Amino acid sequence: MNDAPVILSVEGLSKNFGGIQAIDSVDLDIRKGEIVALIGPNGAGKTTFFNCLTGIYTPSSGDVYLSNPESGKKTRLNGKKPNKITEIGMARTFQNIRLFPTMSALENVMIGRHCRTNALILGAIFRGPATRREEEGIVDSSYQLLKKVGLHKQVNEQARNLSYGAQRRLEIGRALATEPFLLLLDEPAAGMNPKETEALVALIRQICEEGHSILLIEHDMKLVMSLSDRIVVMDYGKKIAQGTPEEVRSNPAVIKAYLGEDVDA
Amino acid sequence: MFPVKELKRSALISLWFAFLTFPILVVKVDPLERIVQWRWSNMFYIAIGSFVLSILAKVYMIRKERRDARKKETAATEPFAQRIIREPRFLYPLAIACLIFGVSFPFLFSVYQTNIMTTALMYVVLGLGLNIVVGVAGLLDLGYVAFYAVGAYSYALLNLHFDLGFWLVLPLGGLLAAFLGILLGFPVLRLRGDYLAIVTLGFGEIIRLILENWSEFSQGPSGIANIPRPGLFGIDISFGGGITYIYYLVLLLVIFTIFVVNRLQNSRLGRAWLALREDEIACQAMGIDKTKTKLIAFSLGAFWAGLVGVIFAAKTTFVNPASFTFLESAIILSIVVLGGMGSIVGVIIGALILILLPEYLRALSEYRMLAFGAVLVIMMVFKPNGIVSTVRRSYRFKGHAEIEGDSHE
Amino acid sequence: MDYFIELFFSGLTRGSIYALIALGYTMVYGIIGLINFAHGEIYMIGAFTAFIVATVLSIYGFPLLAIVVIAGVAAAVWSSAYGVTIERLAYRPLRQAPRLAPLISAIGMSIFLQNYVLLAQTSDFIRFPELIPEFAFMEPVAHIVGSSDMVILVTTAIVMIGLTCLIKYTKIGKAMRATAQDKTMAVLVGINVDRVISATFVIGSALAAIGGMLIASHIGQINFYIGFIAGIKAFTAAVLGGIGSIPGAVLGSMILGLTESFATGYVSSDYEDVFAFSLLVLILIFKPSGLLGKAEIQKV
Repeated sequence: MNDAPVILSVEGLSKNFGGIQAIDSVDLDIRKGEIVALIGPNGAGKTTFFNCLTGIYTPSSGDVYLSNPESGKKTRLNGKKPNKITEIGMARTFQNIRLFPTMSALENVMIGRHCRTNALILGAIFRGPATRREEEGIVDSSYQLLKKVGLHKQVNEQARNLSYGAQRRLEIGRALATEPFLLLLDEPAAGMNPKETEALVALIRQICEEGHSILLIEHDMKLVMSLSDRIVVMDYGKKIAQGTPEEVRSNPAVIKAYLGEDVDA
Repeated sequence: MFPVKELKRSALISLWFAFLTFPILVVKVDPLERIVQWRWSNMFYIAIGSFVLSILAKVYMIRKERRDARKKETAATEPFAQRIIREPRFLYPLAIACLIFGVSFPFLFSVYQTNIMTTALMYVVLGLGLNIVVGVAGLLDLGYVAFYAVGAYSYALLNLHFDLGFWLVLPLGGLLAAFLGILLGFPVLRLRGDYLAIVTLGFGEIIRLILENWSEFSQGPSGIANIPRPGLFGIDISFGGGITYIYYLVLLLVIFTIFVVNRLQNSRLGRAWLALREDEIACQAMGIDKTKTKLIAFSLGAFWAGLVGVIFAAKTTFVNPASFTFLESAIILSIVVLGGMGSIVGVIIGALILILLPEYLRALSEYRMLAFGAVLVIMMVFKPNGIVSTVRRSYRFKGHAEIEGDSHE
Repeated sequence: MDYFIELFFSGLTRGSIYALIALGYTMVYGIIGLINFAHGEIYMIGAFTAFIVATVLSIYGFPLLAIVVIAGVAAAVWSSAYGVTIERLAYRPLRQAPRLAPLISAIGMSIFLQNYVLLAQTSDFIRFPELIPEFAFMEPVAHIVGSSDMVILVTTAIVMIGLTCLIKYTKIGKAMRATAQDKTMAVLVGINVDRVISATFVIGSALAAIGGMLIASHIGQINFYIGFIAGIKAFTAAVLGGIGSIPGAVLGSMILGLTESFATGYVSSDYEDVFAFSLLVLILIFKPSGLLGKAEIQKV
């Protein structure tokens, strides 16, 4: 596992808002095929960290590099726009679900195909064979993705009418549509019941086996412990520990900061 | 029946309006002759009028509440207008009937009527163009008229100085407007919705003021006259024939625009616009280039305004800055919003109502704009989603790899 | 140098008038997030009411001071009444409506009010009575600062101080600030948001009316259309200073007034409005939150 190439490398990433240090020089490497969990108490800066990676915020200092595992091409992400970063190969879901509420489940996934397709004005107007083929391809692959996340029965349902768990899965499907090699999941199991969570674990495993690496933020310790290869713990914007689930579980600093109250919850 | 409490309320409302309108509606002074004219009858009309209207509004509200309550019980049914649009078997015959009516219009009606209809159709195109920007992509553009002006002056000036013909300038005017759209859009499309509105408004005014003041360039407020009408293969057409000719030209443009807008909405680009309207951040996270996508919508809208501008100059054979005021932008925007944003049928209905109604209400010409303003407010208060509330077009997935865009508006 | 000072004061005068109107925009925007397009018309109605009342009083032979006071109060009262009525009729029913609906409604209201005044009064320019006399003590500086400039500056300053105190120290002022920050929370802590919004319209309209009367008396003529361009410029000023911010509106107005004054004085008066709008476009491009506005941090 450890010989796999590093695909994401974060070096000394910091972000401050005014005087508040939201993230304080965090380092992180993710290798191909890994599932890494980012945990920490509320307000530890996990989502801010995601936002810095995906270009929604610009880091105050430090560097983020993303390397395509196939071509080996390494890109510095600092200051890149979110859509560029998605194009390079890192997609995300949101903690507060951000689907397109009045668009159907299928259309939501089709939007994800946007950055891997090309038709523009003229293509849309003349709708030539290439455009038609492309459209068919978009629908086809989007439907397959819906199948993968188990939503193919609600293909024409408006996103806002889906259940909470289904919306979270739809977000994953939509993110997968952009063909990422690294997928960032922000609390994918939040609000799910145990059965749904179980299905989610299986889904994440499957996605990982298909060659996507995963970085996830999660509060559900059972899910985190069973799923992740490595766990990174943050508190007050700092990385306080990292290691295998066993190592983290017994790390005194983690217990003090976080698991102390929560270990059995 | 009607409770006494409500009557009391209406009486208070009528008193309030009598007070409100007192100085401006009742008193009229002539500062030079030093005469005060007291028009008490106006106060009487206002009091009666507001009393009756407030009762009517209340009755409407009560009925609407009851209707809504009933609706909740019997699962929402689609409004009639939407059902017609959704069902191809209703829509196609209707569209063909409209087309036949459109084509035979000049034979059925006088030249005067044809001329008015041409104007209305021009607004249909303007509405559809702005609809791409406001209705589909959700960018509030209050300076749309600037692009219309660019088209009109392109033809007027290029013809004046370089003797370029209508058919050459038609695409050129559109492209110039689109280019200007890109130039303006590039810096301002990053702005939040309301700011975008005000910047485009400012831009529209700048263009008009430049046309008004830069006399060496645009001949100032007096405008440019004697612009040739479009010819057909070098043949000059008589006055009446010319109007019919332009009518058909505009009709063709309407059909072309409907076709293009429909295609655009059902494309990768159209989806991106809709998504952008719903959630910009999620869009970016999905790899959509926000600025580029908006810019395309903005400049496409401008392109259409430019086209209609060229036709406008050719139709009236005269342009001056007074034709391109903010009011014009407001009218076009109202067409889009009144019709129902994003809906092609809605925009067509909106344009026909807003342009034809005032034309045929010329008898009440003084009150035209007053009524126009009031209609806008009333429409928004009672039907904020427009006449044809947007039919959310969606791909209805039917079985594997077989789909159909189910909304041909 | 005299020319420079003259332009400077005329810029401040313009700026004061813009500020009186801009405050209404910025307060309403701060509280309900709406560009109150009809606000320029409120200012126009204020000017007309002042004109009508002042002329009637002068025909009946009232002394100048009484005319000024009564006309000013009448203009403020009626403009406020219009402001509140507009909010009730055209904006309040639309609070939950799609984003563009209130704006269209506001544009409709603006067109309606213009034509209402046009039909009820006249479409011509009318001469506005001179309400501000030439003060004797201003004689030595009269060639650079007119008496009416002085009155406008002083009135604006007093109004600004009053408004600041109102917002800072009174109950309604506190309620306004709370509502501007978080409407839902304001309701939860027992603030009558409807009343706060009405109060905002009353204050904004009264300020605009005073501005209308002052400028009408300064320039000497009015018509039904004066509200449109003044309204747009005042809005420009509000955006310039950072919309939602009261000191921002004043600062933005002064900058706009001075820019226009110097530009027309030294460059060309034909492009007065072009300067204003160009300034707006530039500010929005380089500092979208305005001079004193706070940049929003996008929550994801």
